[in-house]
Amino acid sequence: MSAPVIDPVRPAAPDTPAGRSTKAQRTTPARFDTALGWNDKPGAAWTLRILLCLIALAVFAAPFLTIFSGAFTTNPSGSSLSFLPHNSTLLNFEVAGERGIWDYLGNSLVIAGGGLLLQLVVCTLAAYALARHRFRGQALIMMLFMMTLMLPEEVIAIPLSLVLGDVPVVHLDLKGTVWGVILPLGAWGFSVMMLTEFMKDIPAEIEEAARLDGVGELRMLWQIILPLCRPALGVAGVLGFIMIWDQYLLPLIASKDPTDYTVTVALSILRTDPEVGSGVVLAGAVIALIPSLIVYLLLQRSLVTGIAAGATKG
Amino acid sequence: MTATATAPVARRGLDKKAVGRRAFNKKAVIPWLFLAPGLLLALVFKFWPMAKGIWLSFFDVRPFLGDQWIGLDNYERVLSDHRFQDAIGHTLILGIGQSFGAILLGFALALLLEGQARSLKILRTAVFLPAVTATAVVGELWRLMYYPTSDGLLNSGLHLLGLGPVQFLDNPDLALYSTMAMGIWIWAPYNMVILLAGLAGVDRSLYEAAAMDGVSLWQRLRWVTLPAIRPALMIVLTLATIRGLRVFTEVYVLTGGGPAGSTDVWMTRAYTLGFTRNDIGGASAASVVLLCVTLLLTVMVNYLRKRGEAR
Repeated sequence: MSAPVIDPVRPAAPDTPAGRSTKAQRTTPARFDTALGWNDKPGAAWTLRILLCLIALAVFAAPFLTIFSGAFTTNPSGSSLSFLPHNSTLLNFEVAGERGIWDYLGNSLVIAGGGLLLQLVVCTLAAYALARHRFRGQALIMMLFMMTLMLPEEVIAIPLSLVLGDVPVVHLDLKGTVWGVILPLGAWGFSVMMLTEFMKDIPAEIEEAARLDGVGELRMLWQIILPLCRPALGVAGVLGFIMIWDQYLLPLIASKDPTDYTVTVALSILRTDPEVGSGVVLAGAVIALIPSLIVYLLLQRSLVTGIAAGATKG
Repeated sequence: MTATATAPVARRGLDKKAVGRRAFNKKAVIPWLFLAPGLLLALVFKFWPMAKGIWLSFFDVRPFLGDQWIGLDNYERVLSDHRFQDAIGHTLILGIGQSFGAILLGFALALLLEGQARSLKILRTAVFLPAVTATAVVGELWRLMYYPTSDGLLNSGLHLLGLGPVQFLDNPDLALYSTMAMGIWIWAPYNMVILLAGLAGVDRSLYEAAAMDGVSLWQRLRWVTLPAIRPALMIVLTLATIRGLRVFTEVYVLTGGGPAGSTDVWMTRAYTLGFTRNDIGGASAASVVLLCVTLLLTVMVNYLRKRGEAR
């Protein structure tokens, strides 16, 4: 959100270097490893902790099981949900497919793929200029990128929808095309700032040696700087994906008719369709959930690093 | 750093002498070429809409008839509209309740799940799920949890306790708090991650020292842990407050502002005005008000934080 929040994300392991080192040296007993002094030997406190962990799991993770079980249940009648499916079936997915859920998913994937690619390219280029060059107005440009974070889609939704319908100067109508969603996502202040901070930490000697060899600007970025930025790019990629997948208002205002919706927005179509039950809505929810779930489980380390470094979800 | 930074500058000076002015200009242009795509996109899709929004807020926007300058009328209309006034209250209740609820719960989760054990890592992965799930999916999930008949997920639990089915989303007195509960559920795990990073930075020898001084667990939390994670807490609080003011999707997917406007927040109100009632001028004015408040708050929080650091 603002400058002090963003810290450079370093390639080092994200979780608790302090805790790890104490564990490696084992100079202190376990009860000094955590703020509450949890003991790792069975006892009253230990039992209480397990109990509380189970409650946390039930509150935060178990509801996701109901999405899956409901999606695979013939007719959950909107209410009688359980954590495990009875009569498992794929019928809900078939019905959801008839309502075009796969087309919506296709829209979502195109937008997420294209948006993320554009975002990474644009933000990397900008970060390279900000981190590895000195020029007049540098601070001002940095501030402009920071300000984009204070102008989320919510705040500029109404004029943005007018702009999408008639882009200034070129007079293009982006509504109803994936570009209407992809282009506004291109310049993301968070990625710019995080990549800039990271690139600043690359020693100047590496760059100078390459320059003496006659390496040009683009090759410098592509072959020298980018390979060193892989951890930061991972963070920018996974956070960018989660952020794009979570977009709701932007695809809504960029659409001309419901066939342009992304899968998350299309859930409301399934919900208000009187002919389909909540099993179909849940099937849609599962389809909308799985891509972000895969990205999260594969790249959660980058994600947690990025958020701990001060990411913003919205 | 200083030594290496001066080198390119010196070389640039050499270039200027040797090759003349054109080469120097070419060098100065390079960063702008790299910045161009980002600046262009930000200009067209962020700053231009912002400027347009401010501009339109002073007009009575009439498609095909031409816009008419009406000065501050839009602002007056929006700020005196009782539905917008109600929305301010809802936004504040939701924003503050949700922020503090999510921070308290996030802190509790961080304390509970702090540690290096593999089982704890798996637990943290599972608990963090709500934060990475698209808000629209979370909304559908909570609609089902809140299902109003006695066989709904939460209601069947209440039924076991002998409580009647609760109309979580259909009762105007309750809907706002039901929305708040969902917001807390989404953001608590997110805060947990930031606070865990803060907890990891606490010097372990302080815990030992505290143990030697024989302080209680509560005292240790209050005087050792809390001061150490204050920066992390401040970050969480700042992010949450600003997010809270412009809350839209969570409300829109769960209740759509209903029942009877009881969960209408500032942005859902502005959305309805702009897209359902086609009052672009009024909706723009509402957005500008939100923008100003957000900017003001950000500047204020940053100022307070800087002063706190200086002390």
